[in-house]
Amino acid sequence: MDVVACVKQRVEGYIPPCPRRGESKDLGVPPASPSSLQSATTAAVVALRHVGKTFANGVQALDGLDLDVRPGELVSLLGPSGCGKSTALRLIAGLSEPSGGTITWGGGTAARPAAHHIGFVFQEPTLMPWTTVAKNVALPLRLRGTPAAEAAPRIAAAIERVGLAGFRDAYPRELSGGMKMRVSIARALVTDPELLLMDEPFAALDEITRFKLNNDLLDVWLALRKTVVFVTHSVFESVYLSGRIVVMTPRPGRVFKELTIEAPYPRQESFRTSAEYAAYCRLASEALTEATGGAA
Amino acid sequence: MTTPETRAAGERVLRVLLPVATLALAVAIWHAVVQIYAIPHYVLPGPRLVARTLVDDWGVLSASLAVTLVTTFEGFALAVVGGIGLAILFNLSRLVEYSLYPFAVIVQVTPVLAIAPLLLVYFSQDATVLVCAWIVAFFPVLANTTLGLKSVDHNLADLYRLYGASPDQILLYLKFPSALPQMLAGIRIAGGLSLVGAVVAELAAGTAGAGSGLAWRIAESSYRLMIPRMFAALILLSVAGIVIYFALAGLSYLLLRRWHESAVQRES
Repeated sequence: MDVVACVKQRVEGYIPPCPRRGESKDLGVPPASPSSLQSATTAAVVALRHVGKTFANGVQALDGLDLDVRPGELVSLLGPSGCGKSTALRLIAGLSEPSGGTITWGGGTAARPAAHHIGFVFQEPTLMPWTTVAKNVALPLRLRGTPAAEAAPRIAAAIERVGLAGFRDAYPRELSGGMKMRVSIARALVTDPELLLMDEPFAALDEITRFKLNNDLLDVWLALRKTVVFVTHSVFESVYLSGRIVVMTPRPGRVFKELTIEAPYPRQESFRTSAEYAAYCRLASEALTEATGGAA
Repeated sequence: MTTPETRAAGERVLRVLLPVATLALAVAIWHAVVQIYAIPHYVLPGPRLVARTLVDDWGVLSASLAVTLVTTFEGFALAVVGGIGLAILFNLSRLVEYSLYPFAVIVQVTPVLAIAPLLLVYFSQDATVLVCAWIVAFFPVLANTTLGLKSVDHNLADLYRLYGASPDQILLYLKFPSALPQMLAGIRIAGGLSLVGAVVAELAAGTAGAGSGLAWRIAESSYRLMIPRMFAALILLSVAGIVIYFALAGLSYLLLRRWHESAVQRES
């Protein structure tokens, strides 16, 4: 119950996560207190204020969504299918316009996301089947008109980063589901984006592959310090990966509760079997059940 | 023991051997029927006579074949360029699509044999033949390419948008390769149809001018009761059609074999 009380207090008091062991300097997050909420807001990579989204067919996907994504954090949006998580992510990416409220990027300085500061990983690998791994990864640079000489080392580095160095010239259909997803992640990383948006990227993978990719994603995150917004409907995945979980309610989607996962990084397989992990999972699970009105 | 490789090789041999054997059998029956019933050559010539005619009349026939093939290729090229060009135009502007697509359908569903005499009133004979070949062949290219350009993966389209791709880049790097399989299917149909269009137009125009294509040759031979030559010309037309079909199927395979499900070899 102590942990629950602690979490509740955090949610109500809006206390940001405790500094992670030995990493607080790297994160570059100003130590925040409830009174410094305003400054935390302006420093946010992307800030959503009372954002609503109603589709032409009358479906109200989001209503009054408030969310700050802080620099360097790995935050999960957790909710049942159809709760508007993906819609929120598309709004953050600038792929869709909100019907109400405001979204600001770059610490409140930009009303549009800069094209190459965002990397997006879709639920499906979304690769071009007609060309090779290397050319798929090269796409964002090619569209930007980056000279080949400058692009080549970055493409190679991105492919190596996701562990596919030997598969540069393979075609997507020759790869497994997990490898395709790695290519998709490499493509998102190749522009060196500030913000990485991931829309249930591992939902279609088998458990073993998903665990492996979870670990690899954490490695990449620790090495590159990108800000990551990770959409998932898996309690276990969100607890394992994130420093903060935003639990969302369905129809219309809004923030129901925030949970801070204070387990230190790097997290490894041992964390999956720890009592701490189980406790967080139970908390997140309860929050999710409450958010869906107990129906799920 | 049958390993997968030997079974695959066996199947390949069968796929060539069976049609060849069937064809040989049909020719043998043809020969036998002509012999047994002593059918006169001006009614049904035997295969040997047809083969000899093919050799003896090669000078006349090959010149006619060349004329028909040139028309076919010109009509085909126009159909591919016109079909793909129109499809891109339709894709870029919905207004253009709504305005013009019904007319493309009208041109397609009106039998070309009925249009040809009218075209002859306004165009020279060569131009008429070409226009007919084009009318018959362009629609499958247009319809398939239009479908292909519309079948772009929505997430990929979003990705291009996210990275600020220009309309040209989206067309060249995304829509065009996405549409390639359907486009090639349309082109494959157009190859055969442009030969049909050329032949139909030659027949329709045959008596009107100094035509000399294979179809015109067939019409002429029929008036002069040179039945073996009709058969020889017909065989040349079939062979031309088969060569066009396989050439285009080969092109399609080469372009798609690395990535498209239709062309990738699969082990079961």
